[in-house]
Amino acid sequence: MASYEYPRYSYRAPPELKGETGRRRPVIVVGAGPVGLAAALDLATHGVPVLVLDDDDTVSVGSRAICWAKRSLEILDRVGIAAPMLEKGVTWQIGKVFLHDQQVYAFDLLPEGGHKQPAFINLQQYYVEQFMVEAALASPLVELRFRNKVVGLAPGANSVGVDVETPDGPYRIEAEYVLAADGARSPARKMLGLSFEGKVFEDRFLIADVRMTADFPTERWFWFDPPFHSGGSALLHRQADDIWRIDLQLGWDADPERERQPERVLPRLKAMLGEDRPFELEWVSVYTFQCRRLERFRHDRVLFVGDSAHQVSPFGARGGNGGLQDTDNLAWKLAAVLSGTAPDALLDSYDTERIPATDDNILNSTRSTDFITPKGEVSRAFRDAMLELAADLPFARRLVNSGRLSLPFCYVDSPLNTPDAEPFAGPLVPGAPCLDAPLRTADGKPAWLLERLGGGFTLLGFGAPPPVPDGLPVPLRTLCIGAGHLADIEGLAGRRYDARDGTCYLIRPDQHVAARWRSPDPVAIAAALDRALGRTGPLQEV
Amino acid sequence: MPDKLRRDLGLGDPDDFYAALIDSHRGLTADQSLRLNARLVLLLANHIGNAEILDEALREAQHTAVDGAPGPAG
Ligand SMILES: Cc1cc2nc3c(=O)[nH]c(=O)nc-3n(C[C@H](O)[C@H](O)[C@H](O)COP(=O)(O)OP(=O)(O)OC[C@H]3O[C@@H](n4cnc5c(N)ncnc54)[C@H](O)[C@@H]3O)c2cc1C
Repeated sequence: MASYEYPRYSYRAPPELKGETGRRRPVIVVGAGPVGLAAALDLATHGVPVLVLDDDDTVSVGSRAICWAKRSLEILDRVGIAAPMLEKGVTWQIGKVFLHDQQVYAFDLLPEGGHKQPAFINLQQYYVEQFMVEAALASPLVELRFRNKVVGLAPGANSVGVDVETPDGPYRIEAEYVLAADGARSPARKMLGLSFEGKVFEDRFLIADVRMTADFPTERWFWFDPPFHSGGSALLHRQADDIWRIDLQLGWDADPERERQPERVLPRLKAMLGEDRPFELEWVSVYTFQCRRLERFRHDRVLFVGDSAHQVSPFGARGGNGGLQDTDNLAWKLAAVLSGTAPDALLDSYDTERIPATDDNILNSTRSTDFITPKGEVSRAFRDAMLELAADLPFARRLVNSGRLSLPFCYVDSPLNTPDAEPFAGPLVPGAPCLDAPLRTADGKPAWLLERLGGGFTLLGFGAPPPVPDGLPVPLRTLCIGAGHLADIEGLAGRRYDARDGTCYLIRPDQHVAARWRSPDPVAIAAALDRALGRTGPLQEV
Repeated sequence: MPDKLRRDLGLGDPDDFYAALIDSHRGLTADQSLRLNARLVLLLANHIGNAEILDEALREAQHTAVDGAPGPAG
């Protein structure tokens, strides 16, 4: 690989091998991919020390995730990773879909301004992991152990035994909770004997990362049946360092070994990019995609996050982005349980919230993949008919599905929500992820709403500071948008939160709405907080 | 009241419509006909728009196809 130099992280013999008895860890994360690292960084912000074990000593190799959604950036902003990602990545929000050589559809993923983070950035997964490892190495609460391969899990009543192999020999260490973030092939899943069922799409895709200088706009371009790749689909997307992702549909009968060879790849790329455009191949692979998930993500003290829990086809960029929402959901819950402020049952809500979210990701990426790879003659006829109509008729453009891009899931049915008692309009129902808005501090500095929410429980009041109950189990920050406090400079906060004077939102550490009121009273707030922590309410009634 | 799929005659001149439908397929290969039917279904479905009626129509069409499939004797 030419454009990126892979870091080699150093391995040190773990103290457990030198005869020291390993202390029991609150949390061990298995796997230092983007999801495991995000989990560790997030747990550290909650004051939880974390040990991360990874079998390798570098970042993600080859063509993997490139598209990071706004919600992921918002999550990673809390651990300081969004700024370097934005600086290195390329920002985009427009997607275009072509049939043959005609544009049939274009979409704008963030038509309305007033958000700190963009709709999407493209950045190679290895950069994201590198920034995360750097942050983890800098954190006093995160311990990273490379070339520490987990080979066994022994779940017990009060802890889990983790068997690890290193270049210097094996050791065992205990953890109160284990996060299995060990990827789609998850050895942890096998250690617990869990099945991972789903569906394989009978198609093959050539994924090539090429280096070239080109002035194509920074947009997602997707073709059905283009002149340069007759009968298949094609995708072109810019990444950092003048690297471009190209994705060509090959069909089920293609021979993956042969299709990876430069003598097959180069003519395909030249047909697409033009004979005269110089480019260098960075990486080539042939993929088959699938959608599947574990039946449950929580297995007592072992919790599955990211690709080990679920796998989706990449159309829609829901893999990594979905995994980051997993850890966003889980980290604060785990911290609350470990500190004793919430009962263990709170962890069950990880399943109740993330399984519907996963099903939504699977549904969307399955539909996109079925559109791109029609299963039979009739589905192909409908698909092609849709594309033909889309050239002239606006309604059909909306049906064209080249990927429905990752959005944060709204936990509408969560047991942690307190249902509205008064009428509200707009999207911020209990369970919804908070929306950002530009603000100004009392001393005149620009600020963003999400940034101000931080990572704990927050009571957000409009007009006047909300009433804070006494004797709460966890700290509750208050934030006030109104005269003398934070100014809603564009009126967007008020509009997005359907706020009037006195309106108040209780917001969870993962920045999802727990409850809201028109005229809050401290008793109702305390009750909603207890419910959001699983101390009372449906979670206790099982 | 929920919207219902129409089961009585809605077409002004049924024979005219039928002739026009058959005419539109004249000279087409089976594949072209399949595509034409697909475009037609999509246009009409979008025009109807109503999810309940479309669901009911899908069910009705499936039901008829199963019942009308030639059995071992026919
Ligand atoms: C072609 C392609 C394109 C994609 N595009 C996108 C995209 O644009 N956006 C997006 O969001 N997602 C995308 N994805 C998906 C994304 O790459 C994954 O969802 C993401 O990598 C999942 O992260 P993870 O941390 O769960 O697992 P992984 O990244 O697989 O990390 C697992 C880690 O666990 C370690 N490990 C495994 N076994 C052990 C063990 N026994 N002991 C210790 N450590 C172990 C591995 O070394 C690895 O570091 C794409 C995927 C592909 C293949």
